[in-house]
Amino acid sequence: MNWPVIIPLLIFLVIIIFIGLYASRYLNTTHSYLHEYFLGSRNLGGFILAMTMVATYGSGSSFLGGPGAAYSIGLAWVLLSMSQLVTGYFTLSILGKKFAIMARKIKAVTLIDFLSERYRSKWVVILSAFSIVIFLFSAMAAQWVGGARLIESITGLSYTTAIFIFSITLLLYVIFGGFRAVVMTDAIQGVIMFVGTLVILIATIVAGGGVSNIMSELAAENPNLLTPYGSDGSLTPLYISSFWILVGVGVVGLPQVAVRAMSYRDSKSLHKALIIGTVTVGMIMLGMHLTGVFARAVLPGIEEADKVIPLIAMDVLPNWIAGILLAAPLAAIMSTVDSLLLVVSSSIVKDVYMNYVKPDANEKRIRILSGTVTTAVGILVLFMAIDPPSLLIWLNLFAFGGLEAAFIWPIILGLYWKKGNAYGALVSILVGVSSYIILYSIDTEPFGMHAVLLPVFLSLLGYVLGSLLTQKINAEGQREIYERLWSA
Amino acid sequence: MQDESKEFKEDPRFKVSNREAIIGCVIAVINFIWWFGFAFGMGSKPVEDYTYILGLPAWFFYSCVVGYIVITVAVIFAVKKWFKDIPLDDEKESEES
Repeated sequence: MNWPVIIPLLIFLVIIIFIGLYASRYLNTTHSYLHEYFLGSRNLGGFILAMTMVATYGSGSSFLGGPGAAYSIGLAWVLLSMSQLVTGYFTLSILGKKFAIMARKIKAVTLIDFLSERYRSKWVVILSAFSIVIFLFSAMAAQWVGGARLIESITGLSYTTAIFIFSITLLLYVIFGGFRAVVMTDAIQGVIMFVGTLVILIATIVAGGGVSNIMSELAAENPNLLTPYGSDGSLTPLYISSFWILVGVGVVGLPQVAVRAMSYRDSKSLHKALIIGTVTVGMIMLGMHLTGVFARAVLPGIEEADKVIPLIAMDVLPNWIAGILLAAPLAAIMSTVDSLLLVVSSSIVKDVYMNYVKPDANEKRIRILSGTVTTAVGILVLFMAIDPPSLLIWLNLFAFGGLEAAFIWPIILGLYWKKGNAYGALVSILVGVSSYIILYSIDTEPFGMHAVLLPVFLSLLGYVLGSLLTQKINAEGQREIYERLWSA
Repeated sequence: MQDESKEFKEDPRFKVSNREAIIGCVIAVINFIWWFGFAFGMGSKPVEDYTYILGLPAWFFYSCVVGYIVITVAVIFAVKKWFKDIPLDDEKESEES
């Protein structure tokens, strides 16, 4: 057991739990439990909003898989990952004030609340809730496994013990504190990620004898590591650019990201978050992936590329600082998982139960149900993560691309194109998800692009055609929607 | 469909938000062009001919490091200069806790 590394990690976990308990005070005093538990009563300030956006989006892959790929592929992968800079300002400026204003008009708590009012179609709601629960559940389970594996590799505990530690911490603060606890812990986790990135980058440069020295060592090993085409020269500009959709602008379509765009207090918070978010996401992406590349000169020959960051941290830093820093990837995973857990439970409680099973459920019932559903989903993921079924692993492959293809147009065009209607949205969701699954199964890089590109385009086509061809049907209903959402 | 606008007044705040969404798109396009142009414009020659700035290949330095700074400055400038402070709640009812 490596105590100097374990102790800072344990302190981190304890602090996180305390924040959950602190946030639960708000839950006990609020008069709208639902708004508080799933949305923090729309009260996020700029800093917290920026941090929760970055932390929710920046998952374990920014700290483990991403730098690992940069380690093997070189600067080209840093270039690719810098396509994520756009997430720092794009999501918030596109959904921006319009989404926040409309969400307030209809008192939306979830993304589906918005879709439900915007399209007034039972099928849109059911289909959306279904995709969110299925895809995000599997994404969450995959991250959960990642979190436990990380604890396992740092502490030397068994995988099963690690997964219980991870789950209990997470469930405690999410169930007691709800959305407020999630975003407050996200803010701390975001700060750890930001500072951790800087420290580990600088330490790695120092250990490698300066940037010039590292670069010439890499050039001597394989000059392709310094090109934008990757270590074997196989990455094309088109392929790298297509990540602008998957991990860049397409992120607008992810429900866990979109819901944050309706949770902030006022337009000043939004302005502040745009700036802080851009600075933070750029620094984390650039710094972490560069560290991955630089690590190749400091610690050559790492077999499991995913472990680059933990290994380099323990190599170039004193043990106890490494311990604090290794909280960063764990923080990244936790801050993603906690948001997913809340989105999945909100879908079940708010979108399915309250819409279709018991619309007149009282406050007390919702209170009990929200906690129960979150716990039940959490425990279900816990047991699946102990031995992940292959269906889950398969679904996770499609999770983010599938959700983006499904929701990007119903959200964006729903906000900005008055003619968009339920038929368009339905076609868009169906075409987006199915074409992505089919295409990705046939070939992960059709025509040399990431498989998400075509489905996003097809679902746009589906949305526009579907809406235009059905303008005559239910024109009266469409007008009612328009008047409710757009009126002064 | 046209005559509905007579009795119906569109929320004036949406003008502001539409404009800001366009600004967001414009920054994203600039971001992409900057990123792509420097990376593949300067990075496509043979590695022996690369020049280096602060130890990093010039294409990478301009595309990713300077690009990050330029876009950050652009976002700060746009937000301070063009983004308007507007109330988000409906005036009639507030749902503050």
